[in-house]
Amino acid sequence: MSTLRRPSMIGDSLAQLGSAGLFLFAILAALPGSLRHFRETVRQIWFVGGMSLVIIMTCGLFVGMVLSLQLYYTLSIFGGTAALGTVVALSLFRELGPVVTALLFAGRAGTSITAEIGLMRATDQLSAMEMMAVDPMAYVVAPRFLAGIVAMPLLACVFNALGILGAHLVGVTWLGLDNGTFWGNMTSSVDVWTDVINGVWKSTAFGAVIALIATFQGYTTPPTSEGVAYATTRTVVSSSIVVLALDFVMTAFLM
Amino acid sequence: MRRIASAKVAGPVVRRSPPPIPGRTLNLASLPSRENVPAADAAAVQIRGLRTVLGGKSIFDGIDLDIARGKITAIMGPSGTGKTTLLRHITGQLAPDAGEVLVDGENVPRLRRGQLFDLREKIGYLFQNSALLTDFSVFENVAFPLRQHLRLPEEIVRNIVLTRLQAVGLRGAASLMPAELSGGMARRVALARAIVRDPSLMIYDEPFVGLDPIALNQVLKLIRMLNDTLGITSILVAHEFAAVRRVADHVYLIAGGKIAAHGHPDELAERDSPWTRQFFGGEADGPVPFQYPAQDYGHDLDFPAGGA
Repeated sequence: MSTLRRPSMIGDSLAQLGSAGLFLFAILAALPGSLRHFRETVRQIWFVGGMSLVIIMTCGLFVGMVLSLQLYYTLSIFGGTAALGTVVALSLFRELGPVVTALLFAGRAGTSITAEIGLMRATDQLSAMEMMAVDPMAYVVAPRFLAGIVAMPLLACVFNALGILGAHLVGVTWLGLDNGTFWGNMTSSVDVWTDVINGVWKSTAFGAVIALIATFQGYTTPPTSEGVAYATTRTVVSSSIVVLALDFVMTAFLM
Repeated sequence: MRRIASAKVAGPVVRRSPPPIPGRTLNLASLPSRENVPAADAAAVQIRGLRTVLGGKSIFDGIDLDIARGKITAIMGPSGTGKTTLLRHITGQLAPDAGEVLVDGENVPRLRRGQLFDLREKIGYLFQNSALLTDFSVFENVAFPLRQHLRLPEEIVRNIVLTRLQAVGLRGAASLMPAELSGGMARRVALARAIVRDPSLMIYDEPFVGLDPIALNQVLKLIRMLNDTLGITSILVAHEFAAVRRVADHVYLIAGGKIAAHGHPDELAERDSPWTRQFFGGEADGPVPFQYPAQDYGHDLDFPAGGA
């Protein structure tokens, strides 16, 4: 019994981190080769981006609505309901848009990427590609990585737009805030570069991180049904933690 | 993906080798005899001093083996003896712990990834579990290697793919998805995909599993014909000795990490060695234990010692 190696959580995590770093270099090396498979990249952008639109739009709408409701009552205590549009927009563009979209993206697209690549591993499809002299890193992994980077900021923008629409529905249509005040204060207070573009940078980084974690987990999963199940779970858990931690770091640097 | 549905009848096919695989009218007796195949100067695959340890278990213990060019060589042996592992060494999917694996004179374990891919373009590989790409139709699966490596006009791709599917009897299934195929059909599609680029070395990992007698007969004829008409070197891993005997020129029997016997299948079948007698006779007792190593049976069943 004494010879058995006890699992070290920290050691295993560091080893995973190192492997993921090497995997990122392998993806970057495969990117030029993946340009030959441009149609596959477009297909993946549709798969992870286009097919995530419904959940992103629905959640964006409801997040905007509840945000507006909460802020309206809070601001009304101080007589500041006129700032509702500004506060909602800044919250969405700077934080909620990129972060909530990233969490939803990890659950919707990240898990499907992991499961798909994991099953390809389990059914020898990746080995078959290798035997046909087709590099799976260039044909399978790199297009999905690129798709994550392209789709995430676009989805975050859609989330923000629907969030503001939801806030308008609640604040203006339901609670009676003046329409001009809502839009006027928002447009005069929100800066494109410091607020909107910084949010886009964040969501791009989140997209890259989630796509890296999802492809890495799928590619390195044990070729069993249990292995694929654990890998998809790890994708959601790791992506969520990394996104929230990265959000703090990026906010500290971008503010 | 579904464009095959409106495809016209195949026209002339531009190919870099003679058009093979006429279809179901093949007659094994009409094919050139094995003796007519030109003798090779050097072996297509040479393995020297191969040693492999996987998970602490020794798989190969200094194996030497030659695969003759232009011949069909069968690798046989008990389950778990490392037959598929040997194929993975030959194709560079797995590096051995020691020894040389020379394919067309190139030492596979020392090849860089790009060189390995160049070598693999000359190899056709039939996987044990077919390994079809599940997002693609049968037609697109067979066309995949052509589309990835050659810029051919669509009509020529279509003609080549249909020719290969006709050879395995599945031209009519071109528009089906892999999930709609039986195991035997999927294996035949995988075979069509493996031969679509006319490889010079063809590797079959368990090609006869799941085939009905008709399909088995056709696949045997196809393997033999590819070998005879195109001079392809073939390596065949199989357990069905009756099928192997019909098609193989040479058989290696691997057991216990070594080459237990080798020779022409007819000669091996009649050889009186404990290995061949047990393996080809299917006997439980012999040099290959049927039971996986375990502690005493009576002890496992909690019988008192000496009480049986």
